[in-house]
Amino acid sequence: MIKRSRLRPLRTLGHGFIKRIWRLGAGARLFWLTLISSGESFRRFHLTIREVYFTGVMSLIIIVVSAFFVGMVLALQGYNTLQRYGSSEAIGVLVALALVRELGPVVTALLFAGRAGTAITAEIGLMKATEQLSAMEMMAVSPISRVIAPRFWAGVIAMPVLNVLFCMVGILGGYLVAVPLIGVDAGAFWSQMQANVDWRLDILNGVIKSVVFGIACTIIALFEGYDAPPTAEGVSRATTRTVVTSSLVVLGLDFVLTSFMISL
Amino acid sequence: MTQNIVEIDNLSFGYKGRMLHQGINMVFPRGKVVAIMGGSGSGKTTLLRLIGGQIKPTKGEVRVDNQVVHTQTREGIYQLRRKMGMLFQHGALFTDLSVYENVAFPMREHTDFPESMIHDLVLMKLHAVGLRGAHQLMATELSGGMARRVALARAIALDPDIVIYDEPFAGLDPISMGVICDLIRTLNDALGTTSIIVSHDVKETFSIADYIYFVANGTVAAEGTPDDLIKSTLPFVHQFVHGEKDGPVPFHYAAGDYKQDLLGYEV
Amino acid sequence: MERTTIDLWVGIFVALGVAALLGLAMKVGNLTTASIGETYTVSANFENIGGLKPRAPVKSAGVVVGRVADITFDPATFEAVVSLSVDKRYSFPKDTFANIYTAGLLGEQYIGLEAGGDEAALKNGDKISQTQDAVILEKMISQFLFSKASEETKDSAPSKASGSSESTKIDDDALGANPLDAL
Repeated sequence: MIKRSRLRPLRTLGHGFIKRIWRLGAGARLFWLTLISSGESFRRFHLTIREVYFTGVMSLIIIVVSAFFVGMVLALQGYNTLQRYGSSEAIGVLVALALVRELGPVVTALLFAGRAGTAITAEIGLMKATEQLSAMEMMAVSPISRVIAPRFWAGVIAMPVLNVLFCMVGILGGYLVAVPLIGVDAGAFWSQMQANVDWRLDILNGVIKSVVFGIACTIIALFEGYDAPPTAEGVSRATTRTVVTSSLVVLGLDFVLTSFMISL
Repeated sequence: MTQNIVEIDNLSFGYKGRMLHQGINMVFPRGKVVAIMGGSGSGKTTLLRLIGGQIKPTKGEVRVDNQVVHTQTREGIYQLRRKMGMLFQHGALFTDLSVYENVAFPMREHTDFPESMIHDLVLMKLHAVGLRGAHQLMATELSGGMARRVALARAIALDPDIVIYDEPFAGLDPISMGVICDLIRTLNDALGTTSIIVSHDVKETFSIADYIYFVANGTVAAEGTPDDLIKSTLPFVHQFVHGEKDGPVPFHYAAGDYKQDLLGYEV
Repeated sequence: MERTTIDLWVGIFVALGVAALLGLAMKVGNLTTASIGETYTVSANFENIGGLKPRAPVKSAGVVVGRVADITFDPATFEAVVSLSVDKRYSFPKDTFANIYTAGLLGEQYIGLEAGGDEAALKNGDKISQTQDAVILEKMISQFLFSKASEETKDSAPSKASGSSESTKIDDDALGANPLDAL
């Protein structure tokens, strides 16, 4: 008896580890099933459009407002440091590069996980708990192609769109602080930005990042919902896990993608 | 065309070594209302899932329309399911759709009917359950009894050969219960479908069923027409039909020695 | 909600996204300046390119006329080979002079082309023979210090008595005026 209790932490650790590996495998399987049963969500594209509305359009306000403030703060902080070296015109470059390369994709993905990801998890979890998914199965309609796949593609479409909007609004916020408020020359602000932001290396890479984050965040949210125990507690825990897992995965993927893009 | 649309043959099923069903045999003749009764946790709903092909039996087989369910491919199972309509315990209506869209759902998924035809069919089905006037409501705005009637309209949307009812009376007020009871019988006779009812509500089930199977301890404990069963002297059936607390179905869940459990506690 | 309303909103959403992407490309990125149409490639050898990077601008009279396409190292001559993509619209004489300049004191490095007087123009695959290396700041500073020091020793050579002390003093001055302080 005593021996067993001493071993318990070890067993819990091993158990947790195995469970995580299992979830990784199950998530990958769901991802694969979603990909191969995506035909429906393109043939009946209005199903996907509906979900773009719920994940993308409904996230617009939080994305735009956050982007505006992030851009303004970047400009304020950047100006503070840059003016010591007499290069306050470089503020445009700083704001644009920070947003386009890193903050845009990452912050958008984090906000997306919090706004749309949780909604997806809760919705799918509740559909499962109230037997709606079983009902669909019994009506010979695959829930993967009818419910999961449209949401997946909607997330993959919405994320890059939200990302470019975030970058654009963030740069506008930075402009408003830098030019009218601080008094940096508007011409220098834009021309320095244009000279140093590369279309392919910076903007396109940022968009690629956001597409990858879109895939990751959406499939995590869908998996957590699909895998949630059909109880109130199960769904609420799954929702929390969506945010935690998505955030960690986004930050980890960001590091991997950045190191790839820099070495290229 | 055989006389029985669903046949369960020597079926055994269990999770992780614990057998839920052992050697169950049942037949469901066409056009009849057949009920499966038994206590909570006796695996009645699992039987329905076996018929629907959602799980595979450990041993034996289920045949629907002469086709063995568990050997079918995914596509084959979907083909079989199109012959079935299922009414879930709590309705399982799609909460993001209106009543109209819920009933139209199977038609939109499986047919290419034009919108005008879907419109007429949906209103006909809703009329049959008495809720034509509620077609524009959202599924979340319905009471429990109404939700179940809409779910019934959805289950019969494509005129299935078999309608499966999972606990259709659970948690309803007496009026709704009577309405559902009546609907099951009239729809069965009007559409010529076979109805399979899983329930533990004795009075309602006995009033509409043509034939009843009693499931206990993983086997068919008794079977017969309602009249036979009421007269039955089998101790289990007697306990169930008359709702007695103790009998062949024990009050206590299987446990170790009581004294040992209380005194033998060790850290 | 009505399907048409949803479609409308999603349409607006995607249109906004496309507009933002175009805005990023045109206003923020260098898509407009980078999209030089047809180009021809010429190469130039440099002993030292300093901090020149691929995609750095190639300017003539301050106007961007092309970009650095590629930088390689020639193991035979131990020189850097820089290939330049120059806009087809601009042709340069064969004896054009290529310099590596720095924008401002610490800015990015670019290549400046100074046209010569030759009748024949540079063609695709030609080589610019007259080049000037990048100015390496550290090299310049050390050269400056050495020349200062040697000047002083030469000047003070006749008067041996005070020579050494004076030279050290001037040396100190030179160190005091270390251009690095200005950074």
